[in-house]
Amino acid sequence: MTFVAKPRTHHPLLPVNELGLTRRDYEGSVSTLCAGCGHDSVSAAIVQACAELSIPPHRFAKVSGIGCSSKTPSYFLNKSHGLNSVHGRMPSVMTGANLANRDLYCVGVSGDGDSASIGMGQFAHIVRRRINMLYVVDNNGTYGLTKGQFSATNDKGSTSKKGAPNLYEPIDLASMALQLGASFVARSFSGDKQQLVPLIKAALVHKGMAFIDVISPCVAFNNHNGSTKSYEHIRQHGQNVVNADYIADHEEITADYEPGTFEDVSMPDGSTLRLFKIDENYDPHDRVSALNYVQRRGQEGEVVTGLLYVDPDASDCHEILDTVQRPLNELQETDLCPGNDALQAVNESFR
Amino acid sequence: MQPTDIQNPNYFHKVVDCQWACPAHTPVPEYIRLIAQERYTEAYMLNWDSNVFPGILGRTCDRPCEPACRRVRTEEKPVAICRLKRVAADNKGDVSDYMPRVPAVKNGKRIALIGAGPASLAVARDLLPLGYEVHLFEKDPYGGGMMRSQIPAFRLPIEVLDEEVNQILDMGVVCHFGEEITSMKAMLDMGFDAYFIGTGAPRGRDLDLPGRSEVDDFIHIGIDWLSSVAFGHIDAIEGKVIVMGGGNTAMDCCRTSLRLGAESVNVVVRSAFDVMKASEWEKEDAMREGIPIINNRPPKEFVHENGKLKGIVFECVEPVEENGRLKYVPSGEPDVFMEVDHVLMAIGQDNHCPWIERDIGLEFDKWDCPVLDEITFQSTNPKVFFGGDSAFGPENIIWASAHAHQAAISIHLMCEGKDLKADRPPEGVNLISTKMGMHEWAYDAAHDASGRNLVPLVAQEAALDDVKVEVELGFDQVLGAAEAQRCLNCDVQTVFTENLCIECDACVDICPMDCITFTGNAEEGDLRKRLTAPAPNAEQDLYVSEDLPTARVMVKDEDVCLHCGLCAERCPTNAWDMQRSVVHVPQLGSFAE
Ligand SMILES: Cc1cc2nc3c(=O)[nH]c(=O)nc-3n(C[C@H](O)[C@H](O)[C@H](O)COP(=O)(O)OP(=O)(O)OC[C@H]3O[C@@H](n4cnc5c(N)ncnc54)[C@H](O)[C@@H]3O)c2cc1C
Ligand SMILES: Cc1ncc(C[n+]2csc(CCOP(=O)(O)OP(=O)(O)O)c2C)c(N)n1
Ligand code: SF4
Ligand code: SF4
Ligand code: SF4
Ligand SMILES: [Mg+2]
Repeated sequence: MTFVAKPRTHHPLLPVNELGLTRRDYEGSVSTLCAGCGHDSVSAAIVQACAELSIPPHRFAKVSGIGCSSKTPSYFLNKSHGLNSVHGRMPSVMTGANLANRDLYCVGVSGDGDSASIGMGQFAHIVRRRINMLYVVDNNGTYGLTKGQFSATNDKGSTSKKGAPNLYEPIDLASMALQLGASFVARSFSGDKQQLVPLIKAALVHKGMAFIDVISPCVAFNNHNGSTKSYEHIRQHGQNVVNADYIADHEEITADYEPGTFEDVSMPDGSTLRLFKIDENYDPHDRVSALNYVQRRGQEGEVVTGLLYVDPDASDCHEILDTVQRPLNELQETDLCPGNDALQAVNESFR
Repeated sequence: MQPTDIQNPNYFHKVVDCQWACPAHTPVPEYIRLIAQERYTEAYMLNWDSNVFPGILGRTCDRPCEPACRRVRTEEKPVAICRLKRVAADNKGDVSDYMPRVPAVKNGKRIALIGAGPASLAVARDLLPLGYEVHLFEKDPYGGGMMRSQIPAFRLPIEVLDEEVNQILDMGVVCHFGEEITSMKAMLDMGFDAYFIGTGAPRGRDLDLPGRSEVDDFIHIGIDWLSSVAFGHIDAIEGKVIVMGGGNTAMDCCRTSLRLGAESVNVVVRSAFDVMKASEWEKEDAMREGIPIINNRPPKEFVHENGKLKGIVFECVEPVEENGRLKYVPSGEPDVFMEVDHVLMAIGQDNHCPWIERDIGLEFDKWDCPVLDEITFQSTNPKVFFGGDSAFGPENIIWASAHAHQAAISIHLMCEGKDLKADRPPEGVNLISTKMGMHEWAYDAAHDASGRNLVPLVAQEAALDDVKVEVELGFDQVLGAAEAQRCLNCDVQTVFTENLCIECDACVDICPMDCITFTGNAEEGDLRKRLTAPAPNAEQDLYVSEDLPTARVMVKDEDVCLHCGLCAERCPTNAWDMQRSVVHVPQLGSFAE
């Protein structure tokens, strides 16, 4: 908890975006999470990404489940739409929101407990259904809000704060997302905004299911020596594989990198995603080999981060269902009940 | 960059912009907090300790602290530091118990102070508590120097002046008032252990233009005229008045003329409005009273008829910038003639000590200023020290106090047989944590974004009617308390401890001003461009840590930090702490030491 209110005063040189807003206009209320919680950095990264993309806050929807991580939507974009739903049920609510209004930027924030335990089924199916959204898991390997029980993403052999070892194999949500058909999969670290912010920007403009597993240390219960999700452990074992640089369509592409060291991917909004492969043998467009790579390196104790997989031409749920272009919530009674003649015509087509 | 050495007293001192800018290094935020706590007497004494004349300065100080105030950089208008000083003075209780004790038994050393302006008075105040026998020689019948002879009573009431001058005289100064010193040689023969010369810069400049000598009766040197008004020799001025000059003396001359019955008053300045020497607020005060300030008009000649002044011809020029400097070229407009009955010449002052013989080992430079050591204020005669306007030319009261503190230290060291430089007491800084509990700080960290409060004024008719009516009413306690809340507490420092930091970014994320960055180290110029927010203000330091485990460093740009304490609130490990810095500026007879 912080009791000093955050001043509205900001740096005199703080840039304004295309909407005339500063980054500070994208903030939420002051966090009530523990000081030093990684989740706050994820919120700050979302704030920065949205400000840089000039997203109109009223076109932004944030939904979460239950947990410290799920509290975070209160701490960013306080002028947007939001719902703090039920434990593990963010996907259902987000699905509803996205189906009702396809024009929204949809961001679901969940925790490793929220998604990998109680909400596992929901997670699997929203990924499979390719809802056009950014699904963020603030992954700290623990149930922070309920005081530090092991979560299902906690590594086998990693210990609790008091030293008890975890006896179960971990669930790797990024691997699952790859397997279940997400068209944008990344992993990052709350302590590395240089990597995280471009990933969030790319995920927000990506059409389809974008999933980011953000290792986000819990300073209160899982930041000790026996933890594999501590700041120190991730700094030592994080392995960046593909760096992504988000370049908006109006931005000049200035950095002159050697040709061949990067690949440009065109995004639906006209922007460019410039990928730098740290490991030459890695192919971020091959779902199966990506899965293999992440798993193998995981077994060696490395945490692979960066943009793991992207399919810029994938379809989303609305395309699959072939819904109308107009958001469903804008359809009027006359659109939905076109009258008896129309009904007769439909009926006729089935005879 | 090298890691910042926060043990260097100057580092955190510089962060307290106002205190750093104050020549006497008054601990501004500390006295403002005392005002907020309604502890006016303590606030007054803290000021008295550093700057000697809080009631006077709270009305008249040149306030170099205000343009330096951090608030100028975060939201334009500085805290009304000067007027808060007056709040302390106006509301203080009995200060006699706080005054330093002056020993009845003297230490056997006799010091002569020449001129009873603020510089000499402050030297007296510093030396008396140490047992010195202090003799003060002054040509006028009163003490106060130009604070009495020049600053008009509508800015500085006599009672306020008398109170603070007498505070010092009553400490046991041996006064020789009404005694003009006419020979330094004779003074030296009197065998004092040390001499302090605080005779000011008493010669007002004149302008030698065609016609000048013919109209002597109608042309008055501004500072001589003001002192005649102050001492009651002049109580009226008739007809049309032109004040020539753009400094503070010009502003006092024009406002005084208006009160003494002038039919019209104009200020005519050779240079542009923006570069006039007068402070912003003095120009505003004059213009509010309806006095036109006419710029870019250098005078050409005095026009007279039968020994009577008729008017002045002015040339019309305009400023052009050349290599960053202003140059004035003819604007092409025809010369202007302005009718005038009296001219007040306020175009500067010079040092002038004809009574100091030039063959007594006391050297003067080509501007007729004494050759001095800038740290010790010692002249080329080891027993003679200078301070105030007599040292380096005309300044102001706060500089006079600052010089005096240094000169007093030097005099004391000399009398003790010590080296004036090697044995000089060093500056120091103490850091005291303000953390009281989980979310409790020993200062009011919350940021108050309100704008600067305006000082209420007396009704204008009443003010213009009488030269003795003080124009500013000052803040009352309520306004003072409101203004005090605007202070950012810049002396409550953000102190970083490398080995506690886990590089979680919490401080970076919360900082409202984007002051903090964790990044690879580099040269300053490069680093300044790579921070969370660019740091173009090179006058403000970067606070750089030792290398952290990730091989990065923490860099904090001190420029616009609000001292809100949020970084320390959000730091899980107390790597940030908010610590109050107490800067020790060496001074004799200080009640706080
Ligand atoms: C019109 C005007 C307005 C000003 N307004 C302000 C203001 O608002 N705020 C501010 O901070 N500063 C102001 N100043 C400047 C300020 O008054 C001086 O900087 C300050 O008083 C200098 O102090 P001092 O002790 O060096 O000398 P002074 O105040 O000049 O005192 C010198 C004293 O020495 C005496 N003396 C001189 N020669 C002899 C001698 N031979 N024997 C004996 N006694 C002698 C003089 O009579 C005088 O009393 C103003 C100056 C002027 C001219
Ligand atoms: C239906 C239901 N079951 C259990 C809980 C108790 N509960 C609250 S938060 C939480 C786990 C949260 O863990 P995670 O999603 O990892 O969030 P974190 O706090 O670690 O960010 C649990 C089990 C609940 N609120 N609701
Ligand atoms: S308990 Fe852990 S996850 Fe929850 S706020 Fe504290 S540090 Fe963050
Ligand atoms: S006190 Fe800390 S959080 Fe507040 S402005 Fe300064 S650096 Fe930023
Ligand atoms: S909040 Fe504290 S521990 Fe975290 S990065 Fe800042 S100084 Fe370091
Ligand atoms: Mg968790």
